[in-house]
Amino acid sequence: MTEHFPILILLVPLFGALIVVLLGRERPEQCWVTSLVSLGISSIISLFTIIVVFSDKVQTIRYRMGGWEPEANGYEVGIELRVDILAALVVFAVTFVGFVNTIYSKTRAEAEVQGKVPFFYALIQLLIVGLCGIVMTNDAFNLYVLIEITSLTSYALIAMGNRRAVLSSFNYVIMGTIGASFYLLGVGYLYIKTGTLNIDDIRMVLGNDNLWEHQSIVVAFIFIMLGVWTKMAFFPLHGWLPNAYAYAPSMTGTFMAPLMTKVMVYVMIRVMLWLFGYEFVYSGQHVWKELIIWMSVLAIVAGSLLALARTDIKKMLTYLIVAEVGYMVGGAWLGNVTGQAGAFYHILSDAAMTFCLFIAASIIVLRVGDSRVNAFDNLFRKMPLTMIGFTVGALSMIGLPPTCGFFSKWYLISGGIEAGQWEYVCALIFSSLVNAIIFFRIFERAYFGKIAGVKEDLSPSDSDANPDTGIKEVPWSMLVPLFIASGFVLLLGIMNRTLFEWIQTALEVMNT
Amino acid sequence: MDPIIANFIEENIVPKFNYWIYVILMMIGLYAMITKNNLIKKLIGMAIFQTAIILFYVSIGVKEDGGIPIISHHGPDHHQETEAHSEAGSENLKHNIIDKDKYANPLPHVLMLTAIVVGVSTLGLALAISQRIHKSFGTLEEDEILNKLRPGGHD
Amino acid sequence: MIEFSIIPLFTWLVSLLAVPAILLFRKRPDAREGITFLAAFLKLGMIFMMLPLIREGKILHFQFGEILPGIPIEFRVDGLGMLFALVASSLWILTTLYAVGYMRGLKEHDQTRFFACFAISLSATIGVAFAGNLLTLYIFYEILSLSTYPLVTHHGDKAARTGGRTYLSHLLGTSIAFVLPAMIYCYWKSGADINFTDGAFLDGKIGSSDGLIVLLAFTLGFAKSGLMPFHSWLPNAMVAPTPVSALLHAVAVVKVGVFCVLRVFTGVFGTDFLQKLDVGTVITYIAAFTIIVSSLIALTQDNLKRRLAFSTIGQLAYIVLGVSFLSSNGVTGSMMHIAMHAFGKITLFFCAGAIFVASGKKYISQMVGLGRQMPITMIAFLIGSLSIIGLPPFGGAWSKWYLFLGALDADQTAMAIVLVISSLLNIAYLLPIPVNALFRSPPQKGKKGSDAGIKEAPLACLIPLCITALAGLLFFLFPGLGFELAELITK
Repeated sequence: MTEHFPILILLVPLFGALIVVLLGRERPEQCWVTSLVSLGISSIISLFTIIVVFSDKVQTIRYRMGGWEPEANGYEVGIELRVDILAALVVFAVTFVGFVNTIYSKTRAEAEVQGKVPFFYALIQLLIVGLCGIVMTNDAFNLYVLIEITSLTSYALIAMGNRRAVLSSFNYVIMGTIGASFYLLGVGYLYIKTGTLNIDDIRMVLGNDNLWEHQSIVVAFIFIMLGVWTKMAFFPLHGWLPNAYAYAPSMTGTFMAPLMTKVMVYVMIRVMLWLFGYEFVYSGQHVWKELIIWMSVLAIVAGSLLALARTDIKKMLTYLIVAEVGYMVGGAWLGNVTGQAGAFYHILSDAAMTFCLFIAASIIVLRVGDSRVNAFDNLFRKMPLTMIGFTVGALSMIGLPPTCGFFSKWYLISGGIEAGQWEYVCALIFSSLVNAIIFFRIFERAYFGKIAGVKEDLSPSDSDANPDTGIKEVPWSMLVPLFIASGFVLLLGIMNRTLFEWIQTALEVMNT
Repeated sequence: MDPIIANFIEENIVPKFNYWIYVILMMIGLYAMITKNNLIKKLIGMAIFQTAIILFYVSIGVKEDGGIPIISHHGPDHHQETEAHSEAGSENLKHNIIDKDKYANPLPHVLMLTAIVVGVSTLGLALAISQRIHKSFGTLEEDEILNKLRPGGHD
Repeated sequence: MIEFSIIPLFTWLVSLLAVPAILLFRKRPDAREGITFLAAFLKLGMIFMMLPLIREGKILHFQFGEILPGIPIEFRVDGLGMLFALVASSLWILTTLYAVGYMRGLKEHDQTRFFACFAISLSATIGVAFAGNLLTLYIFYEILSLSTYPLVTHHGDKAARTGGRTYLSHLLGTSIAFVLPAMIYCYWKSGADINFTDGAFLDGKIGSSDGLIVLLAFTLGFAKSGLMPFHSWLPNAMVAPTPVSALLHAVAVVKVGVFCVLRVFTGVFGTDFLQKLDVGTVITYIAAFTIIVSSLIALTQDNLKRRLAFSTIGQLAYIVLGVSFLSSNGVTGSMMHIAMHAFGKITLFFCAGAIFVASGKKYISQMVGLGRQMPITMIAFLIGSLSIIGLPPFGGAWSKWYLFLGALDADQTAMAIVLVISSLLNIAYLLPIPVNALFRSPPQKGKKGSDAGIKEAPLACLIPLCITALAGLLFFLFPGLGFELAELITK
């Protein structure tokens, strides 16, 4: 049974998507339950996958689709799914965020995409299939197809929003296609030289035939990196992201913001360490290592400053994502295990905290009806529960212990110090400081309201009742996801050592 | 013709002409996607861009003197195992008798079937999106759309 | 020597557990304050339980979890932590008593939030005092910054918010920008060992130039110690209610800052190693500069609380100065000064608050002749001032004496002169206040706002300030405990 887990994770939401579309004509109200169940099953399976993968016997599950046995010389014929502990963790993050986000969308789907609810649930499940596939597949071309599946579904999901969303979806189509095509081109060059598409086999052929220095391999690497960077919104290529995530329907934004870029970072680490290999990527004769770290510094600084300049809360968060992508790219390129593992740990922790912040921001925008920062006036009194969730996410963004953001920053800075890349260390600290300004600006408003504010009544027994407005907390279906997300922000922080050790062990193998 | 140019053409362009064509096509596509003002023209650029890559893949599968990669046990042409076939065809088939140089590499072509499907669906989706843009903005010119967004919107 | 004990955990936990109870009883002020008192006494009681063990030279130790490889959350009680915890927790009781009088006297709003944040910050202070490794120290340091923010901005008006913004941006900013990278660097350099357990963990593992940078990053990064140029949060935080100022200046915040600096000198580098690196003098000069400049600024301030704030900056710099001499006398002086200054300065703040509660006066120029109406307060103020200046027979004399010895030990004659000059400056900016109040007659009557109706502040305000003033006297007579604890660190 356990050997079929990888494919089951994909099949359950895939069929869920079909069922939802079929159901949608007759009983649209059951779409929510169906997708909740399918994603629930999927995330339970992926949780078990983590356990299976971690139990010592099976370090890596390999699943040959269609039962194609490898050739006599050891090369794979069919498409292979490959799940190690890293993939299992990311898959769990994807399916679980999908599951929790579905809870969140209970009331929002009906309100924001009237008449298209079944399609929304179908698309979001397909998106999850695509993301999980990206993480698990061990076939370079299959990876392309899955990237395009996620892209297509996300174009459609974003376009379900208002007219600005439609426009940003169009821009996303253009940028996304360029990115994916670059990736495809890179795979083509690899195929020319190696004659295989299986990631492990490509690595093997590159090593056996000593193709590292060949120009087409270098070209392939550059093309693949450019493609992946476009997809993950690495700084100069980030143009599509802020508008797309900010204007998309709220339950789409809450799902895509934490996951899409992070999964692409995972792809980047996979490509760097598994496809091309340590000695090729970090070797001294390529100038790119220094260059890319400087680019990530630029991404971090620019992302933070752009976020600081926004007054729209969701836009601000999207620019923070751009900065966080810079963290991870830089960490992965530092060239030591600490940095790589830090970047990987940050995939998980950033997913948790972005999810948390996006849900909180969506709730606030929904209730207050204003997406600018002054929406936060006095919110600690009006919506204390939402603000607690928001605060946890924000503290993690700033990087204060014991949230997971602190520890990912810790590991990334450690990696930077170890590699002697002080500019990267400085950029991380700069971004922490800017985040502190951004979020404490919000806290101050949320705590005290407007500057002009007259003091509240001076009754010695201060009551927590709020007299002035009708702004109230949202229904449980939106608060529960928020608390699960903020719980995970703390849990990842507390469990950081265990997680980091798993990640480090898995990555160390690839660094020798 | 200048000998240097002739030499260059002979060494770099003629043997690699498929790469040159795909690069030129890709650049045309990229140019259209980035600079054109009309959204449909951008999409046409996108289609050219994707087709260029398909061309690239298809061309790398081609071999000199290679035919269609279909193994026909009955047809005589492009089939070099005819003499062995008569005695124990099914047995020999399992062994390494097929001369791979006689056939074009089928794998890139198969891959491109998928890529074409992906490209078509991207294009279809993009066209649907531009239809919605036209409905809500009344135009498909990018500058006009941005103008319409300016007074009310920020960014 | 090192003994496992669960008491440090409970000492830390008791004020934290008080928080939900305080929130629960928000409608019943008496019960709420009762809980605060209960927690405060329990905390002090537990610290006294540990005191004999520490005096025997034992080190109490408790740890749980392992948050980073090799780094658990660790409590470890040694002489320095004990001394600081003792000062902080005994002053918490007095501050609570005072706060009850002050807050009720002024009918302040949001008192529940006030007491809850107060309890959290006390918990964080004990966490810092007992921290067994650098990460634990850092975590509680940050919690303290965050939990005191609502206290500083208590009034919620524009001034409070500006003050709060300065407060948080200085404290959080420096700790993230300097301490965090320095700590990670230490972690990396020392091979994942940032525990204070086996002496100084950086001992012999770092070069001179790196050592100087790390030392500077720590000393300036712990900006709660108020060293220039990161001092301006302290005067700006004076917008807070007076019990908060007392908390900031005496009980917790600034003392946590200098405590952290002491820890860095003794626990991270070790004074011997610093001597070898020869980097202490940079800190010495920064501290000396801070002492002189802040004393001069204090002279020009008319707002009483602001003057006291600048005085605090100067006094804190004494502590840093003392430890930067890298001699055992200097460290002893620094440790003593933590306690002495705490009791002296809290007396002054209690007096300032009492004056404000009773008369609404904030400015020194208005206080001439006020001693007639408020003799007890003003006498207490006089005692506090003398103790801070360092005149016998008050506690401050001991710490100044040892600081002076430390300067001579280190052959820093210039610093000895700085100490003398600054003592004169202390006299110049502190003594005129009580002297004018007690011995000069008030200005011509008939002006608006006659002082005739002014009486002493409520009893809840008066008792604490009398106790702390008396403590200043007692410390002169019985300084033994302080020396004993200091010896545990310097031996």
